[in-house]
Amino acid sequence: MHELSIAESILNGVRTELLRYPGARPTKVGIRIGELAAVDVDSLTFCFEAVVHGTEWESLQLDARVCKQVRVCTECSETFDVVEYNAECPKCGSNNTTLQSGDELDFDYLEVETDGTPAA
Amino acid sequence: MERLPLKSKVLNENQIIAEQLRERYREHGILCLNLISSPGSGKTALLERTLASLDPATRVCVLTGDIQTDNDARRLAQYGFPVQQITTGGTCHLDGRMIEKHLAAWNLDDIDLLFIENVGNLVCPSSYDLGEASKIVLLSVTEGDDKPLKYPSIFFKSDLFVLTKIDLLPYVPFSAAQAEENARKVHPGMEILHASSTAPGGLDAWLTWLKHRMELAKQGALSAVGK
Repeated sequence: MHELSIAESILNGVRTELLRYPGARPTKVGIRIGELAAVDVDSLTFCFEAVVHGTEWESLQLDARVCKQVRVCTECSETFDVVEYNAECPKCGSNNTTLQSGDELDFDYLEVETDGTPAA
Repeated sequence: MERLPLKSKVLNENQIIAEQLRERYREHGILCLNLISSPGSGKTALLERTLASLDPATRVCVLTGDIQTDNDARRLAQYGFPVQQITTGGTCHLDGRMIEKHLAAWNLDDIDLLFIENVGNLVCPSSYDLGEASKIVLLSVTEGDDKPLKYPSIFFKSDLFVLTKIDLLPYVPFSAAQAEENARKVHPGMEILHASSTAPGGLDAWLTWLKHRMELAKQGALSAVGK
């Protein structure tokens, strides 16, 4: 259950980002979670709601998107989605492939309402 | 409404601390290993037998994490090396700040090998980089051989998979070959070795691996990237 710690880290990240945009009101934060990141989206969403509840961030929504494992073949450069942990290149059959994405836990975007002043 | 693209990692704060720790380990030639497993897979037993077999001149320190009690620190302190318990009080993993805080009690010039025994948990510790050269995942033969598929993250992020309690293999319906195949599905080419903390010679392969890694760390030849 480290989703609570991660939910707190998300809110802290939003607060830090907002320092660059004075007056902006955040409405939604998007994050990308790789399927290898060991983070449960339902649990994270639940924790995030608990973290913002009763605070000035109460209306802030979390948009957590799960990203599939994508590997790239070192031999033939084919990029492919991994199905059931099969790391073999579907094009040339090589086992020499490396992970391109699928273990991330990254911020994606922040939606804000501004008072019309262009962001600095 | 405006959508601002973001690039940073959610656990950026931990990542910054982890990179600082990694740099400090590198400067001091310290090999830092982060041991992760379910509760009861034998992390503490492996460390006990390891400490008992090391040359007393080896400069080794242990940080051991648990939600409650200092039982593990007391077990490990019997071998004469510096040990500190990190009691998380409910948190299911160790993070960079906890390591930083406890390392302040030690002079890093006096350490060659730093073991971190994480909180018993196959999920959460995989998300937190502690600046270690390698994460090491332990799985015992009394668990299921499909664990690597059920908990892929930690098997993907660990450099080494130690299959523990191997002396019990004749008594349990566990296929070591299947466990290894599953681990290598998640992490192609993963290093795997067998260990027993009770059978004579059961830690030979592990101790050889450890000595080799310590040599590399001393030469500054370990290329840890912190997966």
